[in-house]
Amino acid sequence: MSDKKKKKAKRPSGSAVTSNLIRKPIQRWAPLFILPTFVCFCIGFIWPFLQGIYLSFCNFMTPKDAKWVGITNYVKAFSDPSFGRAFWNTTGFAVVSIVLINIIAFFIAYALTQAMRGANLFRTVFFMPNLIGGVVLGYIWSMIFDGILHRYGTYLEANATYGFWGLVILVAWQQIGYMMIIYIAGLQAVPGDMLEAAKIDGASGWKTLTKVILPNVMPSITICTFLTLTNSFKMFDQNLALTGGNPITTLADGSKIAATELLALNIYSTYNISRNWHGVAQAKAVIFFILVAVLALSQLYATRSKEVQQ
Amino acid sequence: MKEKVTYTKSSYFLTVLFSLLSLVWLFPIFEVVINSLKRNGAINANPFALPDADSFFGLSNYVTGLTFGNYPFLNSAAYSLIITVLSTFLILLCCSMTAWYIARVDNTFARIFYYLCTFSMIVPFQMVMFTLSFTADRLKLNTPFTIPIVYLGFGAGLAIFMFVGFVKGLPLEIEEAAAIDGCGPVRTFFWVVLPMLKPTLISVGILEVMWIWNDYLLPYLVLDQTKYKTIPIHVQYLKGSYGAVDLGAIMAVIMMSILPIIILYLFCQKHIIKGVAAGAVKG
Repeated sequence: MSDKKKKKAKRPSGSAVTSNLIRKPIQRWAPLFILPTFVCFCIGFIWPFLQGIYLSFCNFMTPKDAKWVGITNYVKAFSDPSFGRAFWNTTGFAVVSIVLINIIAFFIAYALTQAMRGANLFRTVFFMPNLIGGVVLGYIWSMIFDGILHRYGTYLEANATYGFWGLVILVAWQQIGYMMIIYIAGLQAVPGDMLEAAKIDGASGWKTLTKVILPNVMPSITICTFLTLTNSFKMFDQNLALTGGNPITTLADGSKIAATELLALNIYSTYNISRNWHGVAQAKAVIFFILVAVLALSQLYATRSKEVQQ
Repeated sequence: MKEKVTYTKSSYFLTVLFSLLSLVWLFPIFEVVINSLKRNGAINANPFALPDADSFFGLSNYVTGLTFGNYPFLNSAAYSLIITVLSTFLILLCCSMTAWYIARVDNTFARIFYYLCTFSMIVPFQMVMFTLSFTADRLKLNTPFTIPIVYLGFGAGLAIFMFVGFVKGLPLEIEEAAAIDGCGPVRTFFWVVLPMLKPTLISVGILEVMWIWNDYLLPYLVLDQTKYKTIPIHVQYLKGSYGAVDLGAIMAVIMMSILPIIILYLFCQKHIIKGVAAGAVKG
């Protein structure tokens, strides 16, 4: 990716390179080319985003009856124990699934790029779970886990540990194939003469892997860790369909803690408690957005800076 | 890649290992298939057993599944199809046009719009979901025929980002030649630029289809639930209200919802895998 950036930097910037021969006539057609998308973008993103920030400071049923309440919603959100629980659940889940998915996907991709019969067939099989939606996946796996746990006289939603690892297995099964595809593309781009040179110099398989191949697939590692990180933080469908947050315990003050709930699901269920929680849910959503944005950007920054050193 | 490959002993070992692993990988889907053919009681007793003479139920579960849960499955499937096709078409058309405008005109407005698009890619759906459902409701975007506008709005970021990256790499001379030959911008775009965008159209199209077809929360919040359901909503609805009642029928519904995608995948997996790899590298 780093040399792609260099290429871009070498190009003169757009306005200098585009002659008026093309630029002026296109500009005249702006209502056709850019207006419909821009209007939809405002409806589907910009307006809801701005209104979301505003409503996080309000008590509301619908935007019409919104009453400004200052930072009360944020105070409530931070002092809500279920939000903290969801945060730690999500963090744990993200760490485990990033490590697990990337390591397994990389080694499957590595094996499939070696001389092997049936590599294409295996690739097809491993990618397949990606085509199935999160809700359907959750259903399929809850049947399987319940079938296994039934033999030991228990069930998936009985214990938070089952629910957590169940979700890890489900998501690994779904996403390993996707990351594998990206790693395969990265591995195929490793220059063949570099590998040959390593062989001639007598590098062992392990040395070749760590000193030649890994630095060359660093861009793929960046993308895959980025995707697994943001995917696991934004995880919703699978969480909802597999355990729906169960088991749920009620505290002495009447508030509920869902033991297997991740952040996205927590925001959703907070909204559904009652109208007084709408604002809190929106405040949680804003906190969630800032968290995801900071994580995503710092991850990109951290791994990108490693790419440059190669 | 096409040079003659020599298979060593370890490569045969790998083939055997991966064959076993593939079977493990396919097991959940296999589970759905066998359970969709069994009687409900037999599934509860042992979901891993193959159907035998007692438990085999033929296609009865599929017949039940079609009308299960007071909502015809075929309606959900039709709405899913309509929403996916219309939204993907709209996103590809509008975003490629906008991306060309952004890349070629490149004025302040275009730049701001581009940065907003890049920004929108890191915003999680939860941030906008409540307000988006209010807005969509007020603007009557809550039917399968109008929800594509919502999808275009929320999905524009990634599509525009990918298209702009590709358009910037296209040689300007071709478009200039078209302009000199008397092509206006509209003809230049549809006859000259769009055909060159084909690989990106395929990658973006595949990513959008995979997203929209499987999306649960956006249509659940936006669509008028009393009239319209999509397949993911249908499945979640069955789980919520009928979970303990008829597992066999639900397995049949799941089978009917994943079979079309798997068949489609087997036919155009090369494009899909290439599209995913290309899409990811750009991201």
